[in-house]
Amino acid sequence: MYQFSGKLKTFSLALIVLGVIGIAYSFYSGSQTTLEDAKHAIEAASNDGHGGSHGEAIEAPHTVDSSKVDNNASGVHHGEESVDATMSGHGAHDDDSHAEHVLHQLQNRPWSAFYVALFFSLGLTLLVLTFYAIQRVAQVGWSVVILRVMEAITGNLLPVSILMAVVVIASVMHLNHLFPWMEEGTFDPSSENYDPIVDGKSWWINSTGFVVRSIIYLILWNVYRFFIRKNSIKEDTANDGNKTYKKNYNASVIFLFVFMITESMMSWDWIMGLDPHWFSTLFAWYVLATLLVSALTVIAFFTIYLRSKNALPGVNDSHIHDLAKFMFGFSVFWTYLWFAQFMLIWYADIPEETTYYVARFTEYKLPFLGMVVMNFAFPVLLLINSDFKSKPWFVFIGGVVILAGHYIDVFIMVMPSTVGAQWFFGIPEISALLFFIGLIIYTTLSSFAKANPVPKGNPFLAESEHFHYYNIEHSGEDSGDHH
Amino acid sequence: MEANKVIHAFYTDDEVLVDAVKAVKAEHHHIEEVFCPFPVHGLDKAMGLAPTRLAITAFFYGITGLSVAIWLTNYIMIQDWPQDIGGKPSFSWFENMPAFVPIMFELTVFFAAHLMVITFYMRSRIWPFKEAENPDPRTTDDHFLMEIPVHNNEEALTSLLAKTGAVEINVVDKH
Repeated sequence: MYQFSGKLKTFSLALIVLGVIGIAYSFYSGSQTTLEDAKHAIEAASNDGHGGSHGEAIEAPHTVDSSKVDNNASGVHHGEESVDATMSGHGAHDDDSHAEHVLHQLQNRPWSAFYVALFFSLGLTLLVLTFYAIQRVAQVGWSVVILRVMEAITGNLLPVSILMAVVVIASVMHLNHLFPWMEEGTFDPSSENYDPIVDGKSWWINSTGFVVRSIIYLILWNVYRFFIRKNSIKEDTANDGNKTYKKNYNASVIFLFVFMITESMMSWDWIMGLDPHWFSTLFAWYVLATLLVSALTVIAFFTIYLRSKNALPGVNDSHIHDLAKFMFGFSVFWTYLWFAQFMLIWYADIPEETTYYVARFTEYKLPFLGMVVMNFAFPVLLLINSDFKSKPWFVFIGGVVILAGHYIDVFIMVMPSTVGAQWFFGIPEISALLFFIGLIIYTTLSSFAKANPVPKGNPFLAESEHFHYYNIEHSGEDSGDHH
Repeated sequence: MEANKVIHAFYTDDEVLVDAVKAVKAEHHHIEEVFCPFPVHGLDKAMGLAPTRLAITAFFYGITGLSVAIWLTNYIMIQDWPQDIGGKPSFSWFENMPAFVPIMFELTVFFAAHLMVITFYMRSRIWPFKEAENPDPRTTDDHFLMEIPVHNNEEALTSLLAKTGAVEINVVDKH
């Protein structure tokens, strides 16, 4: 049995406390922002950065300039006033309403920062659960000795699900302005905020449906997690001719079916709903790819850590090698989907589709292009070598860059629509990250300590223990011993 | 003609074969060739063969394919008959690059894959209608064959191979 060391427990709790303090501080300072701050932000934006590239911005009257900033943010070619009104969902016609729009963005920042880290943490935990279910459904041999690591990581699912439910309900109660379609009067034809495009999709985009669906996804995932964890431990001592094993197989098949549907709908509701006018049929896959590669990286991290503490007796270099192969493969898969989505929209050049990329290319150019290097070029160059993939140190370096890159990916999915030009990587973002990192370390290791690290009852255990990829040498093992 | 004499040892299991190869190598005998009905993982390492350089050629073939794709798209779409791509008539290869990525990718794979196969055939000296080289047709079915040249040590080799689990040991003259 593994013992959650006191030092690491203190460390993870310290991260959580530090995170909570930072989050509380940023929510407090976010609630203190006023219309004056928003006007300052607009002025600052027109004096540097965006103003610099346009010569006329310095002398231009405020109204013209600010509409330009807003056009950039909502991604519409400037001068098309009517398009902008429908696109931004806030109807930026005059100076004051624009300032109010910016104020909402400033107030959104602590929420968005928390939401990015929350979604990332929830998503990758969910994908660990899915990857685990895939192992069971495919009756995979090699991974049996690390099944308990995956199970332990899914211990993070319940706390983050609760936090997600809280954020979903807070959004519907108008405690934040994350989802523009929740604005008062969006579905009311007599209102100034009436949005015919969103109203046309009101059978899907409406507050009641949003809450009900969100709660259903969260409950379905947690039910499977609860069931499979309990029955997986039961497997160890069941000794019933694999009856429990088969039951777990059936449950995992059902979960995978439910997952593919709920994952797609979750990505529409929680991420695509931030840009209610925009749509991409590839989006659910794209979100899946980001979360899956992050999930595999987290599995590799915990496996490497627990192995170094001698808590995983059956794990050898070939298991690390296989995890790194998955990290490598799904990094390429992510790039494929990222580019496929981008290229079709770029090629067709339809205004309601390109808004998404215009917003990201104007205000977020560095992180937007930087993440392609971090999520594609770096992992490919580092992990293409077969020998490197079995060295924990290389997998760790590659993994840190992959996780940072995919955090940025989620950041870029969320931030342009919620805070627009008012983004920064500061206290709100860092403290939210610290909080969720501390949480996943704490929940994972404490649930790992609660079960036998080796799933004794799994019929494929022996195959996993003898797993040896023929092409690599295992460290600390006679090179002649190949099978 | 002692120098042309070889021993053919037959095995029926790949695991037994790999252990036998190791045993023979441990006694510092040279193994000329092993004939298998299917690829055996770890056999090349056990025989002490140098790692394949096919991967290096694949890299260069891929680079060639990529260059051809860039030249091809530039010539066809930009130079020879300038095209308005996606309503963005920039007539610059670089600005239209996203549209060419699939072509660049496909030709990289195409060149790497096909040229690698051709290289493999040339390197292995096989071509259409070539007569088979394996000394016993059973190696295309369910037997593995290890070929060891004899240098005045026929008895020692035979007794060693018998201990490694060979099902049949023949001493033959190689032509």
